[in-house]
Amino acid sequence: MLVTNLELVPGRRIVSHYGIVQGSTVRAKHVGKDIFAGLKNIVGGELKGYTELMQEARQEAVERMIAEAQSMGANAILNVRFATTSIAAGAAEILAYGSAVQLDGS
Amino acid sequence: MLDLIEFGLFITLLIVGFFAGTIVEKRHYASIRKREREYADVLTFAMRFPPDRVTPQRAFLVHGTVVISSDYFKTFVAGLRNLFGGRLRTYETLMERARREALLRLKHDARRQGAKLVICVRFETTTISTGWAASIEVFAFGTALIPERNSETNAALAFGARSATPA
Repeated sequence: MLVTNLELVPGRRIVSHYGIVQGSTVRAKHVGKDIFAGLKNIVGGELKGYTELMQEARQEAVERMIAEAQSMGANAILNVRFATTSIAAGAAEILAYGSAVQLDGS
Repeated sequence: MLDLIEFGLFITLLIVGFFAGTIVEKRHYASIRKREREYADVLTFAMRFPPDRVTPQRAFLVHGTVVISSDYFKTFVAGLRNLFGGRLRTYETLMERARREALLRLKHDARRQGAKLVICVRFETTTISTGWAASIEVFAFGTALIPERNSETNAALAFGARSATPA
């Protein structure tokens, strides 16, 4: 599955369009990490736990989007975008969406 | 008495925040500058289309993300500034660090997978509430391009340079 945020893939032609596909997930971190983050708010710096959380969440969202595209029979997702919303303290919804298409060639 | 303890705690946190925050920031900037030199060969562009639209290229998504927290001192100064308005220098450096860090991680991701060119780079910023202070997340993503193995002949054919390749 080819995933890109370009509108076209150089050297490849779009054979058919399947419409929009999306994947989303809502995540929260356990209290321990939140307390640690609270301490980090005093000295500043990277909150590694939260970086990890966001990374895992995006991965999950992309995987769900890919699964939807695969079920349609697409071999590529173009124009992928991300959206993030913080719902409550320490919880965030991450959405990945794009256009599922069939590209010619391998 | 209780007020005095509270005030003492506030001053202590302010001092700790100032010194620790300054050290953290200095170290981070040093690390950013060092890695920016290291990753100077990975080119990143914001343009939507590849410079060469003819040559078949392997395209895939690369990204970098960072969540960074303000310190007690920065938050306090920003709170004061809010009264009068104007530039919040303490937050400006925070945002800058986060953006540069996210872009560096994107470059790292690209190089790890063998790409030297990333186009259509986009930034996304989210504020994350982690208690009372501001934390921001910067997410950078883009499309890495790797020319296919036989790209040179393909490009030559595409530009009608058939004679250039020996028969």
